[in-house]
Amino acid sequence: MATLFRAIRHNGKAAAGLLILIFFLVLAAVPDLIAPGNPATITNDVSLGISGQHWLGTTGFGQDILVQVVHGARPALLIAVVSGLLATVLSVLVGVSAAYLGGIWDDVLNLFTDVVLVIPTLPLVVVIAGYFSHHSITVMIIALVVTGWSFGARQLRVQALSLRNRDFLEAARVRGERRSYIIMFELLPNMTSLIVANFLGAALYSILTASGLEFLGLGDVNSYDWGTMLYWAQNQSALQTGGYVWAAVPGLCIALLGTAFALLNNAFDEISNPALRPVRRLRVAS
Amino acid sequence: MRFLIRRLGFFVLTLWAALTINFAIPHMLPGNPVTAMMARYHGRLHGQALQAVEAALGINSHQSLLSQYVTYLHNCATFNFGISVANFPTPVTSVVGAAIPWTLGLVGVTTVLAFVIGTGIGALAAWKRGGKLDSVLPPLFVVATGLPYFWVAIMLIMVFAEINPWLPTAFGSDSSIATGWNSDFVSTVLQHAVLPAGSILLTSAGVWVLTMRNTMITTLAEDYVRMARAKGLPGRRIMLDYAARNSILPNLTGFAMSLGFVVSGAVLVEYVFAYPGVGFQLVQAVDNEDFPVMQCLFLVITVAVLLSVLLADIVTALLDPRTRSAR
Amino acid sequence: MSLRDVPYQTAPSPLLEVRDLTVEYATATGSALAVDKVGFTLDKGEFLGIVGESGCGKSTLLFGIAQLLSPPAGITGGSVSFKGRNLVTMTARQLNAIRWSELSVVMQSAMNALNPVKTIGSQFRDVLRAHSFDTDIAVRSREVMELVGVDPVHLGSYPHQLSGGMRQRAMIAMALLFTPDLIIMDEPTSALDVVAQRSLMVQIKELQRELGFAIIFVTHDMSLVSHFSDQLIVMYGGQIAEFGDTRTVFDTPRHPYSRGLLDAFPSIRGPKVPLLGIPGSPPDLSDLPPGCRFAARCPSVMPSCTQTGPELYDVDQVLVRCLLHAPGQVSKEEVPA
Repeated sequence: MATLFRAIRHNGKAAAGLLILIFFLVLAAVPDLIAPGNPATITNDVSLGISGQHWLGTTGFGQDILVQVVHGARPALLIAVVSGLLATVLSVLVGVSAAYLGGIWDDVLNLFTDVVLVIPTLPLVVVIAGYFSHHSITVMIIALVVTGWSFGARQLRVQALSLRNRDFLEAARVRGERRSYIIMFELLPNMTSLIVANFLGAALYSILTASGLEFLGLGDVNSYDWGTMLYWAQNQSALQTGGYVWAAVPGLCIALLGTAFALLNNAFDEISNPALRPVRRLRVAS
Repeated sequence: MRFLIRRLGFFVLTLWAALTINFAIPHMLPGNPVTAMMARYHGRLHGQALQAVEAALGINSHQSLLSQYVTYLHNCATFNFGISVANFPTPVTSVVGAAIPWTLGLVGVTTVLAFVIGTGIGALAAWKRGGKLDSVLPPLFVVATGLPYFWVAIMLIMVFAEINPWLPTAFGSDSSIATGWNSDFVSTVLQHAVLPAGSILLTSAGVWVLTMRNTMITTLAEDYVRMARAKGLPGRRIMLDYAARNSILPNLTGFAMSLGFVVSGAVLVEYVFAYPGVGFQLVQAVDNEDFPVMQCLFLVITVAVLLSVLLADIVTALLDPRTRSAR
Repeated sequence: MSLRDVPYQTAPSPLLEVRDLTVEYATATGSALAVDKVGFTLDKGEFLGIVGESGCGKSTLLFGIAQLLSPPAGITGGSVSFKGRNLVTMTARQLNAIRWSELSVVMQSAMNALNPVKTIGSQFRDVLRAHSFDTDIAVRSREVMELVGVDPVHLGSYPHQLSGGMRQRAMIAMALLFTPDLIIMDEPTSALDVVAQRSLMVQIKELQRELGFAIIFVTHDMSLVSHFSDQLIVMYGGQIAEFGDTRTVFDTPRHPYSRGLLDAFPSIRGPKVPLLGIPGSPPDLSDLPPGCRFAARCPSVMPSCTQTGPELYDVDQVLVRCLLHAPGQVSKEEVPA
């Protein structure tokens, strides 16, 4: 654990990503403290610019943009974390089982993973969502998890395969430990940084795809997620009517949160593979 | 040869899976959206035409599920996809057929371009490790991978259209110019393609830069690269012939595997720019609850991705002698 | 001694002179000293063996000499004088002119050292072309393959299509393309089985006799190299522990570590004796203890060993880094059996 913290501290990108993440976590935890108000309240102050009363202006319906944006943090993080977590669990299950069981099981699971991986995700999710007349967060999360686990499963399988023949696992086998014990307590702890990297990757995929769906109008259009805000902005021709803040800010938040996940993901990639770490220059004799 | 057969088998298997998913979803959903949609057709289609649409979707209340499935597969094979609901009475194939060239031109070209440019930059960055290129660009690209495609598109629109009207921000071409292989049409098409292509390039190139750089770094540590240095080979030859040639192989596979994701981003970009491609049509179809078009488009997109994967596999086999003789 | 011309020198002077060579690795917490002031000379046609356990710095030393280190490792001191010119201060272009034509390298695993996507023949060709040898490429390639006993038809094969032994020989053939003056070998037989090992060693020695090149041969297998080398260096913790004529070092090792290494090998003809290992493990190169680096594992350790780092002391023409042999030290060592 301690080495993990030290590694994060030394890695500038990870530190930046972590800071951004914490910022959004705070917003998600106590939105009313930061921007009190009801995001849904419609007023007559339509399409106002930045002012003392409305720090980020108002939408085409007279809603306060800042309040909406701050309240949008919670659903965004919820979707990212829950989908990311579930997808990672599936990745670990399939990837590690394939590697550990080997033989015909490996072939079957691998094939299954590849097939799911290749089928284009957004079109599939769009089609699924399209058949539902009522769109809810649950459906979206399910669709995200079903499409998002395959990439991670591939990566984890490769790492599990390379670890499978190591001595410490042999030792456990010889001691007579059960297979499930070996996987849970010997194999997985050695794959922690890759699993975390996968979680972050899955979270990134979830937030980007979910926002995309909401933007297309396939999310819950009565909510105040960032993607939905952009949907309404597009719907009300915000760009053409000068509503630049409305069009830009929610997307900026998505981009920032996405960047945070991407930076952390990259950092954990570097932690699991020391060869990728930044090279320190050595004072060489000349 | 065995390698190719295996990949062909994979292609067929995945295609079958996609077809089955396409068939299964509407039949498995609660509230049977299909019957609701069919009700809308009833007022307009009769007899044979109605049956044709039913067959295209694999719906037939008089048949068992299995025979519906078989009929459905048959119809897909014969390109019988029925009639569009929203663009009644245009057949689905014309709607989809009109959209394909646009997407092929925009997404196809940009994706390959992004891969080539990204891979090149990644290789250079890894070769000059620790230099200026390597310390500034990769973190920038990491940030770029976290940006949503459609937001980048919107930002570009904001900058180029509203604030500084210079490039067109919607549609595939100026509708006042007639379609055809004349220079007016071609130039307006290209003009309209700049911003959408830019969005796709900006967001997707970053991923290739990063993966190529990481693969190259691992390859550069290999013994055969050290051996190449020991032989006194010139730097450029080592970078190309020894490092890059070996690094690009896993990257090609990665590229193939992530095409599904790339296409997703392209769908959103098309939507934002109202670019009349396959992605845009898909969203329109969903909005209009035009199921026949939806199904066909999904299949088209999937087949395109699968073909690209197969192509990438063939190129890998050509470049890597180990796959040719391996089991 | 070789029968070839000596183009650069008029008086016999050593082919290679390494002086105080130091190599460090940059780590997250500072630097690790991999090679600490190593020095020796090598004459034309001489066979020098370097032995030591994993992590003692022998491979790093080899790559340091050949200027093949890459970040995070770098040379931080000393000189490597090859035919009178210091390789450490040469530019890349000057080095490239010498590389392979006068100094070539054979690595441990040919599977890893040969480019997997190019044929053997094309890997010969690119180095021949790089040194402006454009005319008789095919002829020369066949020649060297025949020298090592591999059918030249394999020039058209890829590395993965050859057996381990053949690959290793092909790599040696490649090293002989320009009949260099010095060939550096990093554990070239470790990846082979015992029988193949011996036959390869015999062949290497034959080629050396025929063509007259010098060899620096790094291995962890002391008994293997001792049959073939003229001089022997034993390395420990990045330093030379013992250096001298092979027969002398092998028969009467003076450093407790060398003795420990030899005692670990059973004799095929002698009486059965219990095998002794060397307890403990090598020192952490980024956090070296004061005094002698072997002190923690040494069976003959003295109180002064943890305070004073020993220098290399000359004992009957063998250099030993052990306080037991410091001048003025009353000889307390046991006479080897």
